[in-house]
Amino acid sequence: MKYLHLLTANLKRKKIRTVLTIGSFVVALFLFGLLVIVRGAFSQGVDIAGVDRLFIINKVSIIQSLPLAYRDRLLATPGVKEVTFSNWFGGVYQDPKNFIPFFAVDEESYRQMYPEFHIDDDQWAAFMGDREGAVVGAKTAKRFGWKIGDRIPIMGTIYPGNWEFNIRGIYTAKRPQDDTTQFWFHWKRLDESSPQKGAVGWYIVRIKNPDDAAKVAKSIDDEFANSPYETKTDTEKAFAASWVKQMGNIEFLILSIGAVVFFTLLLVTGNTMAIAVRERTAELAVLKAVGFSDTFVMVFVLAESLFLAFIGGGLGLLLAKGWSLMGDPTGGLLPFFYFPVKFMIAGILLALAVGTIAGILPAISAMRLRVVDALRRV
Amino acid sequence: MAIPLIYNIRSVRARWTSAVVAILGVAGTVGVFIAMLALARGFKATLVSSGSPDNAIVSRAGSSSEMDSAITLTQERVVEDTVGVARGKDGPLVSPEVVVVVAFPLRSTGTDANVEVRGVSPKVLEVRPSVKMMAGRFFQPGLNELVVGRNVAHEYVGLDLGDSLRFGGATWTVVGVFDAGGSAFDSEVWCDSRVLNQTFKRPEDIFQSATVHLTSPDALNSFKDALTSDPRLNVKVEREIDYYDKQSRALTTLIEILGGIVALVMGIGAVFGALNTMYSAITERSREIATMRALGFGAGSVVTSFIFEALFIAFIGGALGCLAVLPLNGFTTGAMNFQTFSHVAFAFRVTPVLLGIGVVFALFMGFVGGVPPAIRAAIRPIAASLREL
Repeated sequence: MKYLHLLTANLKRKKIRTVLTIGSFVVALFLFGLLVIVRGAFSQGVDIAGVDRLFIINKVSIIQSLPLAYRDRLLATPGVKEVTFSNWFGGVYQDPKNFIPFFAVDEESYRQMYPEFHIDDDQWAAFMGDREGAVVGAKTAKRFGWKIGDRIPIMGTIYPGNWEFNIRGIYTAKRPQDDTTQFWFHWKRLDESSPQKGAVGWYIVRIKNPDDAAKVAKSIDDEFANSPYETKTDTEKAFAASWVKQMGNIEFLILSIGAVVFFTLLLVTGNTMAIAVRERTAELAVLKAVGFSDTFVMVFVLAESLFLAFIGGGLGLLLAKGWSLMGDPTGGLLPFFYFPVKFMIAGILLALAVGTIAGILPAISAMRLRVVDALRRV
Repeated sequence: MAIPLIYNIRSVRARWTSAVVAILGVAGTVGVFIAMLALARGFKATLVSSGSPDNAIVSRAGSSSEMDSAITLTQERVVEDTVGVARGKDGPLVSPEVVVVVAFPLRSTGTDANVEVRGVSPKVLEVRPSVKMMAGRFFQPGLNELVVGRNVAHEYVGLDLGDSLRFGGATWTVVGVFDAGGSAFDSEVWCDSRVLNQTFKRPEDIFQSATVHLTSPDALNSFKDALTSDPRLNVKVEREIDYYDKQSRALTTLIEILGGIVALVMGIGAVFGALNTMYSAITERSREIATMRALGFGAGSVVTSFIFEALFIAFIGGALGCLAVLPLNGFTTGAMNFQTFSHVAFAFRVTPVLLGIGVVFALFMGFVGGVPPAIRAAIRPIAASLREL
């Protein structure tokens, strides 16, 4: 610690260079955070999927419906604990750009199926008592400034017409990665207005034992095979994963950008450190001449690079965190916008790794420096 | 008097290590920037080229896409008799269409992706003259036969020419492959709309949209006025191009916003890199610069000279970045169309305009990174610099 002063004095000597090198780290780690957030925004559904939930859609595709009668048959399937169902309702609030996921839900069973969403019992009772009632997630309520009791006009696209909903409840979630952008309303209301009665978008079942997922999924699909409405059952995770894959190869895109950025950063810092050592050849020789060991000189140079990496990296990650708190910049297309702590730790380790790699060559050449040569060169 | 440009080029060569760092920094940024724009443009171009200027699409008023629209047979008959509709040998060129989405396994990942299966009129090739059969034959009206787009055949398992497959409770045979010139139709499967309605147990006389071939692109307005003022109809008429342009908007906005943020941040990083390189270059050369000043070159010439050097480095970086993304041109990838929940294959489009934008972006970074060091070089006192080591 007593050499800290020497370290900071060295950094202060070329202020611009220090600031720029730290700046490069800030930018790179901010970008790292940004990429992690975006990746998460696309694949969050996979991470939060419940292990004991199966997702059942029409085999043809998700836009084809399933009959309501399947509910009881699903409940009778061995291994199934509970069943709920829901429909996608395409709706526009004020402007088509305001994307909100609307779901017509089977209220009680849906609430039981997703215990991660919390709603007051009073609000729930109010929702159940109002045929035109709706429950929205906290994030969506905040985004549009909706309060309990507000009457919200929605233009239906799949189920045409003007729909009006009374906000009766606002649900919240404990974990930051949970989706609090959904808009729920009564499935019965949708069914009454729909020309095709008893059409369910998809079923979700909870199974007794998560290890039996594959077996139960198969027995469900076998049960409905060769009927007019064949099913396709998957775990919630597999369903979310295939959805993400359809969105495009986001993972590859992000990895390649990340690689380009880090390679560049490595070059920039490596170069700066090399210049710094070259400039200070004489001083390092003096240090050695007055009795500091080779190892000390090496560690000293390396410490400087690590110091820059730590400060810059930390700052970049904090900025990224701040940005993630500002929320989704695309207007609702990416509901999950959040920077997990484990990736912040990974980020700082990555910065230190870059700092080490960038500093190691100059540090070794500083260690190998022969005092006589170095002093004579000047 | 100006300092000869060869001085800068030689000095870049002499200090190649730091120059390489700056060049790669700029190249990486420009590369990512162009790649993102190429992705967005490619997607948009694929959807927009699906429409043609002399086609119009008629759908229910208030619908957001074909998916949630409906047109009855009676309405379709009215559309056929409207002024402005081109006529072929079998009558008016109108294709009433239905769309369903069917999940097929992707060859690349083995997971299912949604494909649009479009029920069309047997006259569709006349309505959309840009679509050509490239293998096999067109489907026969009334049979469970499919023709598939070029991309479908090689992206999905079990949709090759001659294959039989089951969906919607019927067995279908693939009898032909069509080429839609790189548009979104290349990611679709077509069949007879009446057969599709029957198979999916939909009412026989309801379609989702009608695509109309107009006598000329100018005929749209009169055609539109005629339909929208007709009290029997409650429809919306759009030029096909505009319809597909709207479809592409959600995804292109997403890519452009995210790509823009990433490129901006990387750009700041590259400017830092350039500043760092130029500052070190100037510190190392402070004696040289002072000597030149002592010889009589003015402060202005020194600034110009260093800005030129920064621009030179940035230009090489920008050109390198452009070269690096050039092989991406034509590279096919897929993404979800948010409006129809179906998977569309499209190619990156690296156009000369994009390359130009990339080089301009590089020069801008070089300029921002070069000006402060250049000014600093010019204002340092000559005597002090000469005395210094």
